[in-house]
Formats: sequence, structure tokens, C-alpha cells
Amino acid sequence: MPTIKLTRPKLNVGEKIYFGALIKGFFLTMMHAVKSLRGKSYGAEGLASSGLGVTMQFPEQRWDDHMPEYYRGAPTLVTDEQGRERCVSCQLCEFICPPKAIKIIPSEIPSDDKWAKVEKRPFEFDIDMTRCIYCGMCEEVCPEQAIYLRKDYLITGTSRAEMVHDKKKLYEIGGVRVGLVNKWNELK
Amino acid sequence: MPEVVTATLIDLAIIITKIVAFTFMVVLPLVPLSVYFERRFSAIIQDRVGPNRVGIPLTLFGAKKDFHLFGLVQPIADGLKLFLKEDFTPDHVRKAFYWLAPVLTVVPALITVCVVPFGPDVTLFGRTEKLVIADLDVGPLFIFAISSLTVYGITLAGWSSNSKFPFIGGVRSTAQMISYEICLGLSVIPVLLYFGDLNLNNIVQEQADNGWLLLPFWTDGKLSLPSLQTTLFMIPAFIAFIIFTVSIFAETNRMPFDLPECETELVGGYHTEYSSMKFAMFFMGEYAAMVIGSALIITLFLGGWSAGFGFDEAIANFSIGDFRIGGFIHVGIFLTKLLVFILFFILVRWTVPRFRYDQLMKLGWVIFFEAALINVFLAALIIAAPGMASTITVIGLILLAVVTAAIIWVAKVSEPPAKVLRA
Repeated sequence: MPTIKLTRPKLNVGEKIYFGALIKGFFLTMMHAVKSLRGKSYGAEGLASSGLGVTMQFPEQRWDDHMPEYYRGAPTLVTDEQGRERCVSCQLCEFICPPKAIKIIPSEIPSDDKWAKVEKRPFEFDIDMTRCIYCGMCEEVCPEQAIYLRKDYLITGTSRAEMVHDKKKLYEIGGVRVGLVNKWNELK
Repeated sequence: MPEVVTATLIDLAIIITKIVAFTFMVVLPLVPLSVYFERRFSAIIQDRVGPNRVGIPLTLFGAKKDFHLFGLVQPIADGLKLFLKEDFTPDHVRKAFYWLAPVLTVVPALITVCVVPFGPDVTLFGRTEKLVIADLDVGPLFIFAISSLTVYGITLAGWSSNSKFPFIGGVRSTAQMISYEICLGLSVIPVLLYFGDLNLNNIVQEQADNGWLLLPFWTDGKLSLPSLQTTLFMIPAFIAFIIFTVSIFAETNRMPFDLPECETELVGGYHTEYSSMKFAMFFMGEYAAMVIGSALIITLFLGGWSAGFGFDEAIANFSIGDFRIGGFIHVGIFLTKLLVFILFFILVRWTVPRFRYDQLMKLGWVIFFEAALINVFLAALIIAAPGMASTITVIGLILLAVVTAAIIWVAKVSEPPAKVLRA
């Protein structure tokens, strides 16, 4: 292949004076501003902009309808279709959790319980949402597919205590997840 | 009470009213307004929204909806925040100068307001008053003299902070101010030669009657093509306008010349060690300087308070009963122009990248200084030409061309050859 030696282009007088480029720049900036005002900025549609720039204006407009499938929101506990807690408190998520946000106190299931043959269930299951980094490792490591990252992203609270999701709250957000593991189901 | 005393008291009252009205009710509110415009316009340029929420919180008083006012109340909220913040004075600073510096940046900017003409004269209660605080006959000189004092504030802030980044910022500011003050002073000489007057109010009146300096398309209030001399004078006027505008940018430390406080190199520049209200005062001084700078450009080149195209006479004489209050309409026109120019300041900020320090110095000393100097002679030649023999004019032109060529040649030769950075 022939080798081409590139040289830096020489500027002509008009380019050296610089003012032409400045004025061109002003027009460019101004056109961009007008575009932004009309909500025609590049990418405004895909980002569901509010009609001013590409920004979505939060309390009135929400991500909810535009949330991608793979979005990782708040980690939650789920029950299966029979209403059984899937979590068997193996504590794998507690150990894998990078910021140590999960705390589990395991407990036995009394023998007269419907799910007595299941090994254990958590007595307490706390996720500290001020520490959670939404990495999704707990979901990946869970052998029982009991913990899932849902699409909830508005996790707010007025105190630290309020930001700790306990078992009740986790099941409340998590809800029921159908299918998947049903090794504890006698009817399967 | 003797009549002299009464008259003096009335005069005093009028002066105080003017000071309060123009400084504290026109220019100071313009500062938060320009901060708002800066934030909003910057946001729009960058595809964002900007502050559009803070308004009158009616829901606090039980109403259904807040009145958001496009976020116009945001600067007040900002000011309140700065006011309530801890005013922290580091242990290592030189206290007296550290406290003095913010004041020294705000005060000169606000003093210069007093010679800016906001409008023509108005007649109220049988008294005719000019809409300018002090009708000085040395307007532009006064503004240059006072506004260059702001650099003391910046330099003192840099030095008294006793820490490296503010210090570098202060030193840079000094060097920059000296370089651009010269261009500022020289570039305005053609304008003063043209008007033959140093009173800003008369300059604007002249422009209202005979066309703005950069738009001379009417004479004696009637639309007409400019004379040959005026047309030719547009060349030096335009050069002066460019040099003056760029120098004002450098004087007010705005982009692309904001080297004394460039965030990427000097953290916060000269106000790194400042917080709370002291920081706010630097901020205010900077924006007040910007407002005054635009006011000066508008006054000298773009017709000040005049609406142009021969409407000024009619507007100025607009009266209700005995009160000739057309001047207040002119104040509105002036403020509109001012806001447009402030928007231009912001547009420049987001268009032109920051100059390197040696480029800044070269632009000031090698290009603008010479250009302004040649421009003075060119303007003088054009103004003097009708009264001189044509041979003298031609000789003058040739001399000017030779001098210009010589200066360009010297500038070119003295420039060090570009270094080869890589072997």
C-alpha cells in the first residue's frame, strides 16, 4: 500500500483572523438553543423529553412507561403462587452483598406449618436501602430465586430507620412470582 | 426656612431618589436577573431545562397550586442560601484584606452606574430632570478610572487568601487587566473624536438625532442614507466596537477570558477561600461589572436609550398632562437592549472556548493594542479629511498604510518560529 504523508493544513487569512469562525460558532450555538427550545434536540424523543431540551421533568413525568426490561430497581423478596416464602435463609445474599446491606436472622419452621418440610425461613430480613448499590448480586446468587430486583426506584424516607426495608415491606414490594423453582411443592 | 436652603434640600432629595432608583432598583435587580438568564439560557444551550420551579409557594398558605413564575425567584432563593451559610474565614488568611477584598469588587462596579444615562430628561411637577445620577462631562473617563479599581479587590483577594490557587488567580487578573485596559482606552478614542464630547448623555442624544454609531441611517430624526464621511467612519467605528467589546469581556473576567477564576486550573481562582456572603459579593461584583460593561457598549455604539429610526423625539415628548414622562419609556428601551447584550455575553460563554494564557497576552499586546492605535489615526484622518487639502489626505493615507504594513511585518518577524514538538 502506498504511504501518504499527511501535513497540517495551512490556514488562509480568513481563518487566521478567527472572527468568521466566531460568528459561525454563535450561529451554531443559537441554532442549537432554538432546537432545544422547540424540543427537537438530538435524542429528545428516545429520552421522552419534556419538550425543553432532552430533560424529563420528574414529578409530572415519570420513567415508569420508559423503563427498560433490564432495569435494576429495589431488591425485594417474592412469594410463589401458593403463598410460600421462597427464601430459605441460606444467607448467601448476605455474604455476597458488596456494601453489606442485607441482614438475615434465620429461623426454623414449626412442624405444624404447611411448609414444614422446607428447611428454614427468615425470621428477619432487612435490606438497608441507604447502603444498597443495586448491583443485583443478591438476585444472581440466590439458589431459590427468592430475591429479585424490581423496577421500583423511588425509595425515599425521612429517617435512616425508615430506609431499612424489613421483611414485611420487602414482600409487599416484591409480590408473587409465578413459575421457576418449585422443588418444595408436593403437587408438582 | 430661607429659599436657598429649601432649594438645596430639594436638589439633595432628587439626587438621593435618583441614586436609590437607578442603583438599587434598576442595576442591582439586574444582577440576579442576569444570573437567572445565565442559568436558564445556558441550560437551553445545553439541552437542559434550568431553574424553572422556584416561584411563589402558595401551597404553604393553603392554596391548591404553586405559582412557579418560570423560576424567576430562583436567584432570591440562591441569595438567601448564601446569606444563611456559614461565613467561614480560614485561619491562614490576612484578615483585614480578606474582609476588604469583596467590598472592593462590588463598590466600583456600582459607583460607575452614576454616569450611565438611562434616558433623556423628564418633566415632573414643573422640574426638568435628566435620567442620569451625575451628568459628568468626563463620563467614559470616569467609568474607566473607577471600574479598573475592581482589580484591586481581585488581587487583594488572591493575595490575602494566602494560598496558591487564589494567588495565581489574582496575579493573572492583574496582568490581564493591565493588558486590556490599554486597548479599552485606545479603542474608545475614535468614538470620542467622532462625537467631540465626553458627556455620555450628549453622546446618546447625538446618536438619537443622527443615527447610532453602527447604524447611522437617519439624520435629524428622518430616515436617510448617511453622508460619505459617516459611511467611511463606520469602518473605524466597527473596529473600535470589536476591540472594545472583547476588552470589556476581558475586563469583566467573562468567558473566554475568565483565567483569574478558571475552574479547570485554579479550583475557584481568586475566590477559592471565600464562602457565604463574601463569595456572593464577588459574584455580584462580577455581574454588576457585566451589566455596566454592556451599558457602556450600548451607550457608545448602539444608541444607548434611543429607539432609533427617528422615533425618539416623539417618545421623549410623550406626556400625560404636565408630566413629560416619555423618558421612562426610554429607560425601558435601554434595559431591553441591556438584556439582549447580556444574553450575547452568555452566548459567547458557551461558544468560545477559554484562551490559553499566552494567547490572551498576545491578543492584548500584539494584536489589539496595535489595531486600536492604527484605528485612532484612521478615524482622525476620516474626520479631518473634509477640512484638509486632498494631497495631505492622500499622503496621510499612504503613511497610515506604510505604518500598518510595518507593524504587521514587525509582529510577524518578532514571532518566534513554531517549535517542532516531536522529532
